Amino acid sequence: MEHLAFTCLSVFSLACALGVVLSKNAINGAMCLLLCLAGVAGLFVQLHAYLLAFVLVLVYAGAVVALFLFIIMLLDMQGGRTWKFRGLNAAAGFVAALLLITGLNLLAVRGHLEAGPPIGNSVGSSLKFYSYQLFTTYLLPVQIIGFLLLIAMLGVIVLSRRAPQPEDAK
Amino acid sequence: MANFFFGLPLMVQGIAKGLAVILFIFPVAAACSMAERKVSAWIQRRPGPNRTIPPFFVGIPGASILQRLGIFQLAADGGKFFFKEEPLPNHVHKFYFILAPFIAMIPAFTTVTVVPFGAYLDPEGKVIPIMLANVDIGILAIFAVASLGVYSLILAGWASNSKYPFLGGVRASAQLISYELSMTLSVLPVFLWVNEPGSSGSLSLARVVEFQSHAGFWGGTWFLFTMPLSAAIFMIALFAETNRQPFDMPESEADLVGGFHTEYGAFKWSLFFVAEYANMIVGSAVFALLFLGGWNLLPWLPLSSLLEDLHRLTGSALWLNPLVSGVLSIAIFVAKVLFTIFFFMWVRWTVPRFRYDQVMRIGWKVLLPLSIANLVAYTVGIYFLQG
Repeated sequence: MEHLAFTCLSVFSLACALGVVLSKNAINGAMCLLLCLAGVAGLFVQLHAYLLAFVLVLVYAGAVVALFLFIIMLLDMQGGRTWKFRGLNAAAGFVAALLLITGLNLLAVRGHLEAGPPIGNSVGSSLKFYSYQLFTTYLLPVQIIGFLLLIAMLGVIVLSRRAPQPEDAK
Repeated sequence: MANFFFGLPLMVQGIAKGLAVILFIFPVAAACSMAERKVSAWIQRRPGPNRTIPPFFVGIPGASILQRLGIFQLAADGGKFFFKEEPLPNHVHKFYFILAPFIAMIPAFTTVTVVPFGAYLDPEGKVIPIMLANVDIGILAIFAVASLGVYSLILAGWASNSKYPFLGGVRASAQLISYELSMTLSVLPVFLWVNEPGSSGSLSLARVVEFQSHAGFWGGTWFLFTMPLSAAIFMIALFAETNRQPFDMPESEADLVGGFHTEYGAFKWSLFFVAEYANMIVGSAVFALLFLGGWNLLPWLPLSSLLEDLHRLTGSALWLNPLVSGVLSIAIFVAKVLFTIFFFMWVRWTVPRFRYDQVMRIGWKVLLPLSIANLVAYTVGIYFLQG
């Protein structure tokens, strides 16, 4: 039963992920991404990581994809240019795929995954435990990512600011 | 009867409880649309709908009261939606166009599962909350599922494939995301306060009410009095999140015809309509739980002591019965929710609509800094109070 649910959810998520990449219509792509995230949230629920599941839905499904849709609609991207798979693009894609496969292979061969995290007190299930880990073990990564996001935000503000026109100065 | 119910399999019990809640919310959401017309009429000093009556009801005593209340108008309006022709314009994206109104219904009827709507006294005198699912992450689940509601507006706007709905959809996505931030930040102080050091830590709404029903002056104070700024920010953000005036940018009929639902008609349109009111009901329920003490009748008068006082005054043990206490607490809670909904309507017919740039300015330049300052101030205060 659990196995069946896992298979269904993974196949569903992967199919939707493929839909994101392959769909011609940008809105269809965004909706596929939404469904894919819902599938991943389902997988988290299966691991008893309810907190992670709901945070995923709240942040990614609720806000990030909605912003994607906002941008798609604002720029009115209907169809868009078809992306040619040749030359430098193809080479880059090939290298990226190779790296990904190597990484996954290494993880499968060398990584010592114990027989699943203990259910009930895993990081994703209890809010208290999760927050405690965030403020102790993972404090540095969280801070670094926060700074990176801040830098990105400042960059966007600087780039999107129009240069002051001579008329404005008057 | 209670024994029969608890003897059923858990799955059947759950489905029965879920259906009961949905069967309650659906008519109430429809009745709210009637109440809206009556309240607007009352505020504008006119009678409102008071003429409609089916011919075979005319002679029956009492029917004229229902007539003046507009009950038959509601029935006529509701029936009309089922029998009207379903328009499906040729220029729309059919799949998303039909999907959007149904998506609108999902968040409203899913969030209800984690909203406690009453409590009963068990034989030992403990107050047990009544809710469909008592999960640890209560408020987080509500915010997560409620944030999906924006897709119905975006999809409706985009799939309609015409100018005004499109603008409505774009506005909806920007507005709902902007106000979600202040809304989430405004309730954090409540949960910081509720989760005292040493407690297990929970985001359940039932716990917030439990915290507001302690004995003593500070224990029984509603969070409305101790955190007025949080309550105000949450309320304003709630107006924006449920697309109520003065924040109904996505449909603002003055400049966008009907906004995201311009191309909709008949039953699909009525789904948007009912979803808006269902969202309002859930939002008001969360507000009542967080800031108005949930099922406690008055501040400093928790449910358990109210029932004990009634028991002492009347001398009958009936008040301590689980069924009676449950019904009483649900009635108190529903009364609070209905008052909050009345407040929604009151504001709608009093305050004029904001312009779009004003909505954005209020969200980002007023509410967000205010809610961050509020959070920091309460964090420091709670540290000194409880630490």
